[in-house]
Amino acid sequence: MKRIALLGMPNTGKSTFFNRITGASARVGNWPGVTIDLMGAKVLIGSEMVEIVDLPGIYDLHGFSDDEQVVRHFLENNAIDMALIILNSCQLDRQLSLALQLKQLQLPCLLLLNMADEAKRFGVSVDAEKMSQQLGMPVLMMSAKYGEGYKAAFDEITRVLRHALPVRPERMREVLAADDQIEQAMEQVLKDSVHIPPRLSDDLTMRLDRVMLHPWFGLPIFFGVMYLLFQAIFLLGTPLQTGVNWALLAFKDYALIPLLASAPAWLSGLLIDGIYNGVGTVAAFVPIIILFFLFMAIVEDTGYLSRAAFLMDALMARMGLDGRSFVMILMGFGCNVPALMGTRVMRSRALRLLTMLVIPLSLCSARLQVFIFITAALFSPKAAPLVLFSLYLVSFSAAFLTAVLFKRRLVSHEPFVLELPPYRFPTLRQMVLRGWHEVRHFLHRATKFIVAGVVLVWLLTHFPSGVAPGSSATWAGDIGALLGPILDPVGINHQLAIALIFGFVAKEIVIGSLAVIYGMEGAALTHHMAASLDWVQAYSFMLFTLIYTPCLSTVATLKNESKSWRFVATSLAWSIGLAWVVSFAFYQTARALGY
Amino acid sequence: MTNLANLQPGESGIIHAIHSEQALYYRLAALGFRIGKRIEVVRSARFQGPLHVRVGSTDIVLRRNEAQYIEIAAKPA
Repeated sequence: MKRIALLGMPNTGKSTFFNRITGASARVGNWPGVTIDLMGAKVLIGSEMVEIVDLPGIYDLHGFSDDEQVVRHFLENNAIDMALIILNSCQLDRQLSLALQLKQLQLPCLLLLNMADEAKRFGVSVDAEKMSQQLGMPVLMMSAKYGEGYKAAFDEITRVLRHALPVRPERMREVLAADDQIEQAMEQVLKDSVHIPPRLSDDLTMRLDRVMLHPWFGLPIFFGVMYLLFQAIFLLGTPLQTGVNWALLAFKDYALIPLLASAPAWLSGLLIDGIYNGVGTVAAFVPIIILFFLFMAIVEDTGYLSRAAFLMDALMARMGLDGRSFVMILMGFGCNVPALMGTRVMRSRALRLLTMLVIPLSLCSARLQVFIFITAALFSPKAAPLVLFSLYLVSFSAAFLTAVLFKRRLVSHEPFVLELPPYRFPTLRQMVLRGWHEVRHFLHRATKFIVAGVVLVWLLTHFPSGVAPGSSATWAGDIGALLGPILDPVGINHQLAIALIFGFVAKEIVIGSLAVIYGMEGAALTHHMAASLDWVQAYSFMLFTLIYTPCLSTVATLKNESKSWRFVATSLAWSIGLAWVVSFAFYQTARALGY
Repeated sequence: MTNLANLQPGESGIIHAIHSEQALYYRLAALGFRIGKRIEVVRSARFQGPLHVRVGSTDIVLRRNEAQYIEIAAKPA
């Protein structure tokens, strides 16, 4: 099968193009010579299936960051038929160097000048034909975001590919070792084929920045924006959640129960009380999670996150981190896993490890589900948002405390240099794709972890046979009693202890398993929990859940990215210890104060 | 002759030399920092935070520490 490598600098819309050409069918896969996962997809081009690989965005083929090494190792170890280079039309004055470096590899290349829409807006004009003659490769203008010029690009890919002969990796190694006069060649091409106005006329970005990056109001505005986003998520998400709950209950009452009426009791118990209630309780949160990621994606795509890095860098520097670490912590509020992988842009190992130590303390969307569920059950509608907010504060504080304590061991002198892209607005298409991606991600986790988790919890709470489900005589009760000496002093009862154990696999299982442990779902479960727990216990449980450990996927990612079991062990021991100390301090203080 | 860290917001100058280690030099070059180019300080963050500068068509954030490596030739009015 022929293979195309997609290359470009960061912030050029490479992924947008990738999603467009692959129809979002991409899968993560492994590649020889490369220790990390890359996105790849098989696409029908002309009359044959072609594999397209999305390589990380890089500034320079000879750079020293992890991403740049990944790209080099990929090119040195995999035969490629064609390189698809994507550059930002507005920044050709510097990005063209990458195209020239790739040209030296003597691969069949196609250069796509993306963001043609922005170029037009900023008054940048490109003579693609002239550039094509000088570079000796086809050059096309395109807007991957709006699809303009996409058809022509696809046809050109088909044409180039038909005549392409693969370049052997050995040859690539030789060429990559040598590097010469790129600078001069670049000036020449630019002078002849690109017109860039002396000053880009992006008034909107400048005006927005004057407000968003204001010396005094910048940070308050940032936190205000975040607060409003959360309000919007719950305002829109709560009715959706109620709707999904209602539909799930109706399906159970009118279809599932009559259907399984004649099945043996253990089977209907497993299917309804175990799997359906467990997975259903988790599924009810999917609308909120989709909204959450949609809003995160909008903030990310607009370019506001790099602004946040600018605003927060001074503070982060005092904790041994930098502005990018702050952005990763924010990303971690969505999911810790991509945030951990995002630290690859950091070159200094110490800075990377310190950031990776901090990210698992970010209150991710899966933990958010647990907290929404418990606050809704134990606190008044007025107090619930404040309780959630306090947990975010705890999450930040735990992260900052960790950084301050470990910064002496992990000292870095990494330079902090970051590009500020102009403000952009994501299209509806991009948002829908993102939402769909999240649903798929949930279904994947549901099949992999959640079903297995709730089935296990069901078994533990219903066996040995003959005992009352969920009672202290079950296996779950034995485990709870075993952990009693550790968890009793922090106010976590034996039922909650079981949920905590399974929360290690995935936080979604925590609420799923509560539904199974108590043998109820929806409103009944909420009422029961409100009756059997007080708020001090519930808050202590939430503190523990927040800090004790991220999920299994995060632990696996920590291992993959750090390549050190010692680091993973440190991270786990630290967070579990911290969780216990924080919960203990809270629980005992609250009890001592008479709550 | 001065360095980038000494420029005030709103001031600009010409890049005369970049005295950084190799890796940072490459990164800066890829971002458009080249000898002879005009660079403008757009704003700086509070509490000795990073600088927001503009080179050619690109806006970049960098710390004062890194800015010190960048020597600026003239300080036009």
